[in-house]
Amino acid sequence: MLKFLRNERLPLHLMLLPSLAILAVYSYWPMAGIVIAFEKYIPTKGIFGSPWVGWRNFEYLFNLPDTKRVFVNTLLIASMKIIAGLIVPIFVALLLNEVRKTMFKRTFQTLVYLPHFLSWVILGGILIDLLSPSNGLVNQTLGIFGVQPIFFLGDNNWFRFILVSSDVWKEFGFSTIVYLAALTGINPTLYEAASIDGANRIRQMWHVTLPGIMPIAILMVTLSIGNVLNAGFDQIFNLYSPPVYESGDIIDTLVYRLGILQSQYGLATAVGLLKSTVSLIMIACSYFMAYRFANYRIF
Amino acid sequence: MVSHASISRKIFVVCNYVFLMALSLLCVLPLVHIFAVSLSSGAAASAGIVKLWPVEFTTAAYQNIFDKPQYFTAFWVSVKRVLLGTGINLLLTITAAYPLSKDSSYFRPRTVYVWIFVITMLFSGGLIPWFMTIKATGLMDSIWALVLPSAVPVFNVILLLNFFRSLPKELEESARIDGAGHFMILWKFYVPLSLPALATITLFSMVGHWNSWFDGLILMNNPDNYPLQTFLQTIVISKDPRFLSAQEAELLLQMSDRTSTAAQIYVAALPILLVYPFLQRFFVKGIVMGSVKE
Repeated sequence: MLKFLRNERLPLHLMLLPSLAILAVYSYWPMAGIVIAFEKYIPTKGIFGSPWVGWRNFEYLFNLPDTKRVFVNTLLIASMKIIAGLIVPIFVALLLNEVRKTMFKRTFQTLVYLPHFLSWVILGGILIDLLSPSNGLVNQTLGIFGVQPIFFLGDNNWFRFILVSSDVWKEFGFSTIVYLAALTGINPTLYEAASIDGANRIRQMWHVTLPGIMPIAILMVTLSIGNVLNAGFDQIFNLYSPPVYESGDIIDTLVYRLGILQSQYGLATAVGLLKSTVSLIMIACSYFMAYRFANYRIF
Repeated sequence: MVSHASISRKIFVVCNYVFLMALSLLCVLPLVHIFAVSLSSGAAASAGIVKLWPVEFTTAAYQNIFDKPQYFTAFWVSVKRVLLGTGINLLLTITAAYPLSKDSSYFRPRTVYVWIFVITMLFSGGLIPWFMTIKATGLMDSIWALVLPSAVPVFNVILLLNFFRSLPKELEESARIDGAGHFMILWKFYVPLSLPALATITLFSMVGHWNSWFDGLILMNNPDNYPLQTFLQTIVISKDPRFLSAQEAELLLQMSDRTSTAAQIYVAALPILLVYPFLQRFFVKGIVMGSVKE
């Protein structure tokens, strides 16, 4: 014991202690709370006193029509966001890379990052106003062309489109700079060599630029695979309403309604556990793939 | 190159500029429009004639905020939360990143410790067990509920530990020979050398705390304890009738819901807009930082 106290590495352990305590209480203890998913939870009896029901919560869930719907919605919305979030920033970065005026580049970046730093409460408020069927700017503009007012946030045909496009609107500036950094890192002699070989602009883009940003693109995609069940709770919660549950209700919003609003703790935890388990597998796979294909290690 | 540019190249350049300009306007015009609405008269706003410039200019909507004690209470909760939360985040990030940045040949349990941190990013108990834990630790309705559960930003710890590993080892070794302890080395060498990285982390942590609203919504039973974003969520998005007094309902009739909503959105976004220039400067560094490795 005395030897340990005199150890020069003791301060290192001490420095970690507060963080470990926080993680133990607020990250690891909730993991133990997952047992609620297998219980008929009764608040007065607590986590370890409530009756055990085995897989019954899950059986109930699989028979619930909502469950299939939220899983399908979650997967659809999340994958559309991943795909759009890949294509748009690369496209914009390629175009921005052609711009020679630094001033223009910098102003452009300043403007397009801005929405990234605003919360979905603020952006939700702005979108609700913009998309309002009665006096929203979007419907007014469409009205000039003779289009009847569309209730974007209340129409199942439009809701997912709004979710994906507003997510791209908020986040594409952030990814664009990542790709732009990769683009500026491409060795200029490659372009010279290509043009001596007679490659025009398009072919240079195809044979030099795209391969140059491929590693970072692969990295971004593999890392986003872990998010395939994160369809964006903050965004959807602030934009959805019962009429669009059919197209916009996702796992996280269902968990919120079941657990927090209706206090069905066992069921809500079971849904959450399903999500966490699938996410864990996806994240593990994506990190493995990022390591294999892009040689990326998180630590 | 430029002098030999073909006509098609020139056309492309012009189209490119026009397209990118349109795109950047698309990102800010919605914000400009809402700002114009917030400064217009209620009648003009509900008639929908406001575009990008205020119509019948008035600051009534902003004055209405000043008459609203709840808005200020919520603003103050948010300020407290940002100061307290960012301070704790920063302290814990630094003190956790330093030991974890040591080589496992020197600090053998390092790998185990890193995994303890990383696992929390890979798996979680989900919303309900998390909520019940906070309830069980007695934090409900206290400012600590907004600060403690997210006190260790694991992602930032990993960013910073990677940054620490890229710092030169020689200084530290010579200091150790002179008898300096780990706390001294961290404070005298690591912190001053990583100020840009720390600034990035601090700013992001501040923005994160300012912007979060969901924890306030479920962890605060008493609306007086809501941080601003949560308060805004309940009045702008959910339109919770609890927050509309009779007097207010009358006010709303005079100046329309729309302008007052727009003004409240603006005041809540203001701190972000103010720190945005700084954020932007550190932004690129923040992204590059994580990829700096040996």
